[in-house]
Amino acid sequence: MNAAEVARILDAKIICGEDRLNDVEFDSAFGSDMMSDVLAYVKPTTLLLTGMVNPHVIRTAEMLDIKGIVVVRGKSVPEELVEEAEEQDIIILASDETMYTTCGKMYASGLPGCKRSDIV
Amino acid sequence: MSILYKEAFNIEKGDFATAGEASSKIKRTLKKLGVEPTVIREVAISSYELELNLVIHSLGGSLTLEVGDDNLLKLTSSDVGPGIKDISLAMKEGYSTAPESVRMMGFGAGMGLPNIKRHSHRFGIESEYGKGTVITCEYDI
Repeated sequence: MNAAEVARILDAKIICGEDRLNDVEFDSAFGSDMMSDVLAYVKPTTLLLTGMVNPHVIRTAEMLDIKGIVVVRGKSVPEELVEEAEEQDIIILASDETMYTTCGKMYASGLPGCKRSDIV
Repeated sequence: MSILYKEAFNIEKGDFATAGEASSKIKRTLKKLGVEPTVIREVAISSYELELNLVIHSLGGSLTLEVGDDNLLKLTSSDVGPGIKDISLAMKEGYSTAPESVRMMGFGAGMGLPNIKRHSHRFGIESEYGKGTVITCEYDI
């Protein structure tokens, strides 16, 4: 599933990376506010859904080579975070809906969760 | 072995705002050195976890990257204390001594050390309570 489809399914606002929406593909998704868990579960091809909007979200994504993030629960995304994401070529989408609802919509649309066995 | 590249970063206790900057630099360096992307990702994850551990749990320390001429990459985290009381407990997933302020930032889930070990080709940890901790991660490149 590409980022354009994610944005359409979630009716999400595109915060940055609009020009790459059709090029970035995801094969799984992971929803968490705990970056410690993100670091332990996520693959480079995983879409991250989170309600966290501190700079460590982008730093975590940078280390994991994550290419797309959905910010849930209508959190406003600080400009500093957008700039960092643009530098790292990370797409940010934003949804007013909750983590549960956004993850449910992604799963129902065929995007599976991450499995520990998929990681190194 | 002789060292082809070495860089050390001082990591301050509690400096959450800049935590990850050293790992970001390490990642850029490894890209320049032409290290394989899958190994870069493993090193970056370990490095970031080590850096966060130094910020959250230590009294201060350093993170050192060494690349040898024998295709060996070594990441070393060394701190000046306080040391780990029970290493086997610290290596268990979910065990955490991180304060609430750290958890509010999305860290301290008790996943760090096991995750570092999983993303290292060879992993070593030595700690003495009251003195400090040295963690080494080695990678074949």
